[in-house]
Amino acid sequence: MTELGYLLIAVGVLFDIFGTFGLVRLPDVYNRLQAATKCVTLGTCFILIGVALSGPSLGFGVRAILCAVFILLTSPVGAHALARGAHLGGVKLWEKSVVDKYEEDAEKVQEAMAAPKAKQSD
Amino acid sequence: MRKKVSAFILLFAFWLLLTFSVEPGFFVVGMLLSVLVVVLLAGRHPRREWLLNPLRWLWLLIYMPYFFYYCIKANLDVAYRVVHPDMPIRPGIVKVPTTLKTNLAKTFLANSITLTPGTLTVDIVGSDLYVHCINIHTDDPEEQTREIVGRFEGLLKRIFE
Repeated sequence: MTELGYLLIAVGVLFDIFGTFGLVRLPDVYNRLQAATKCVTLGTCFILIGVALSGPSLGFGVRAILCAVFILLTSPVGAHALARGAHLGGVKLWEKSVVDKYEEDAEKVQEAMAAPKAKQSD
Repeated sequence: MRKKVSAFILLFAFWLLLTFSVEPGFFVVGMLLSVLVVVLLAGRHPRREWLLNPLRWLWLLIYMPYFFYYCIKANLDVAYRVVHPDMPIRPGIVKVPTTLKTNLAKTFLANSITLTPGTLTVDIVGSDLYVHCINIHTDDPEEQTREIVGRFEGLLKRIFE
């Protein structure tokens, strides 16, 4: 179990390194957010699961797994909020980007935001 | 009232797992905090009939490895693009429609898309998702929809609707 844990930690660190590469090399805010949130989320989850397997006690492992669950739930929400905020704040996409439907539909988006929230069943 | 009690039990269970200790001090603090959160968030729970349906939980169990597979695959793809000297990326924001109805299901779909590397949900307007892709293979909207939304939608429909 301990060896498997170490292996998972190594894999996690590898993914984190790729994420960091992406953060430095990719061109604009949105692409960098992709690298910073996805590779790093998966990498960190791998590290936490590895810690859970190789940790000294059961309580240690349960906490690590819970942390992984919370990261999985919160990190996409944070990424979405940053990307949307950046776009609404006027940050442009990289000049070689091929399409920006969000910009094309900007009026529709503004309308939807101004309209009163529609009641939904959930 | 029943909703509040179940929310309290859920929160307190999380607290017990997180502290993983049987000291009475932890119990008291945990109870106080759980009550505080329940009072602050009163009336903000999603509808929860679906929680009682075991079939939905089964589909959720199937969904997890399925999602994990795509997550790893896409992660390796992005890693390759990032370390490649020429960086073969073709980014942009595309618009993909979804057939999911409830907010909970849409949220889950958007989060799944965001967690899959290479795609990031920027906004949801009505039934349209605006997704930033790091590498757009095709300019055909239907192809894009199938690729981004199609792989998760069927299972999510079974889980939430």
